[in-house]
Amino acid sequence: MIRLSHVTKEYPRSGRALDDVSFELRKGEFCFLTGHSGAGKTTVLRLIHMAETPTSGEVRVSGYSSTRIRRKDVAMLRRKIGYVFQDFRLLQDRTAAQNVAFALEVTGARPAVIRAKVAKLLAQVGLASKAQAYPSELSGGEQQRVAIARALAHDPLVLLADEATGNLDERATWGIFELFRSINSAGTAVLFATHDLDLVRKSVGARVIELDHGQIVYDSATVTV
Amino acid sequence: MTYSIREALAAFRRAPGLAGLSAALIALSLFIVGLFGVVAFNLRRAVERVESRVEIVAYLRDDADPAAVELAQHEIEAFPEVRKVYYVSRDEALENARRDLVEFRSVLSDLDVNPLPASVEVRLWPGQRGAGAVRAVAQRIATYPFVEQVSYGADWLDKVYLLRRVAGAATAVLGGAFAVVAALIIGAAVRLAIFARRDEIAIMRLVGATESFVQRPFLLEGLLTGLIGGVVALGATFGLFRLLSGTVFALEWIPLEWIVGGLALGALLGVAASAHAVRRHLREI
Ligand SMILES: Nc1ncnc2c1ncn2[C@@H]1O[C@H](COP(=O)(O)OP(=O)(O)OP(=O)(O)O)[C@@H](O)[C@H]1O
Ligand SMILES: [Mg+2]
Repeated sequence: MIRLSHVTKEYPRSGRALDDVSFELRKGEFCFLTGHSGAGKTTVLRLIHMAETPTSGEVRVSGYSSTRIRRKDVAMLRRKIGYVFQDFRLLQDRTAAQNVAFALEVTGARPAVIRAKVAKLLAQVGLASKAQAYPSELSGGEQQRVAIARALAHDPLVLLADEATGNLDERATWGIFELFRSINSAGTAVLFATHDLDLVRKSVGARVIELDHGQIVYDSATVTV
Repeated sequence: MTYSIREALAAFRRAPGLAGLSAALIALSLFIVGLFGVVAFNLRRAVERVESRVEIVAYLRDDADPAAVELAQHEIEAFPEVRKVYYVSRDEALENARRDLVEFRSVLSDLDVNPLPASVEVRLWPGQRGAGAVRAVAQRIATYPFVEQVSYGADWLDKVYLLRRVAGAATAVLGGAFAVVAALIIGAAVRLAIFARRDEIAIMRLVGATESFVQRPFLLEGLLTGLIGGVVALGATFGLFRLLSGTVFALEWIPLEWIVGGLALGALLGVAASAHAVRRHLREI
């Protein structure tokens, strides 16, 4: 479903961020992406989101190729990808429900569809009672739940999480992490970038890819114990 | 669509001064065009009226041979541009003058000798009354030896055309200058609107809104600004028209197609200016 083949990414000033990275993420898979700061985790996610194009190599996502994709198709592709950030990125002047509805509004969904869908999504992330709250009235964990509901608005094939628990205390971290696991068990693939090794250690059996200086130094799927 | 309309209107609420200034400048620009429209339209009608009566008058020498004149009359009538040729004798000329020039009736009736020459009046077909065609026929008639002088309205027509060209050039320069300033202000307004909405735009792209959807509110804002400017210009032009036509001149109001064209021009100006700004500034986000 997602395949990076010999992907190299160079930025004009800072040089090589990724160096010959290849891996595949299958439908419904859960995968950690680890590595120290600057290793290239965010760059991988942005390449999958087609917010960046590789300097060489190819990124394929759900039938679209980074070497051929047209502008209009980038928008279509992104509806199949949910993206969650460390800093939530909610619109401060909109309620939780409006933030989730926004993702549907701007892709042309009809109002009746939006209303039903938003209620269902907020219930799914456990925030039905806070639908009318503004982000400033929510805790960090609750704001991240709103962001996750928004990321799920188009029933994506994959959720990209970039340090999604990086701003949260331990309790909230586990709550959000459990939410990702339950979303994954319902069939959505998850690529979870983090340097919280505690999370990784406690998730026995999950796939782990480790990056170092832009190269994959460990991929549990290719290691035979 | 409702989203785009709501956001476009929100932009007016966010920066009403800038939006108002843009609309006012488009209005000013189109007002100038509108004034020219009224002038040009009325000039054209005047020219049409003159052209419908235009005739070439060839004044004959007193020693002209009547037989030669009669022959020439048939030749001229055979010109493709010519519809009819009349011979006006000296006596008829004097009689016409007495009838037409009421102010000079007493002078004319006291004359012992008739000072007026005989003449040949030439009427042209409707499609052949342009300045060029008239001049060509007049020049051919002037080659007859018994023709003393040829007079025709082309000099006057040339002046009208020149006047129209000068007015047109002045309008293009003035209207264009205001249009450019309007476009710059619209650009600034769009830039401000984009900046105010940069978080939203980032989220829109994140969740898979198309670029055209992202751009639509800004284009709509430009369209509305242009249309408002156009309507204001129409009102101002009509106001001045009423003021002038009641007093100094008998003016005709411009036809509907011109009005629709002017409004479309305003809308187009607004959309083009914001499209240009959108393309430049959306990339910066
Ligand atoms: N837009 C950019 N322009 C230039 N260089 C960049 C850009 N984005 C990332 N880089 C560089 O690419 C390298 C990898 O960055 P990346 O953000 O992918 O790391 P990361 O693993 O996500 O780090 P962190 O854990 O701190 O978020 C870094 O050296 C960074 O400086
Ligand atoms: Mg990062």
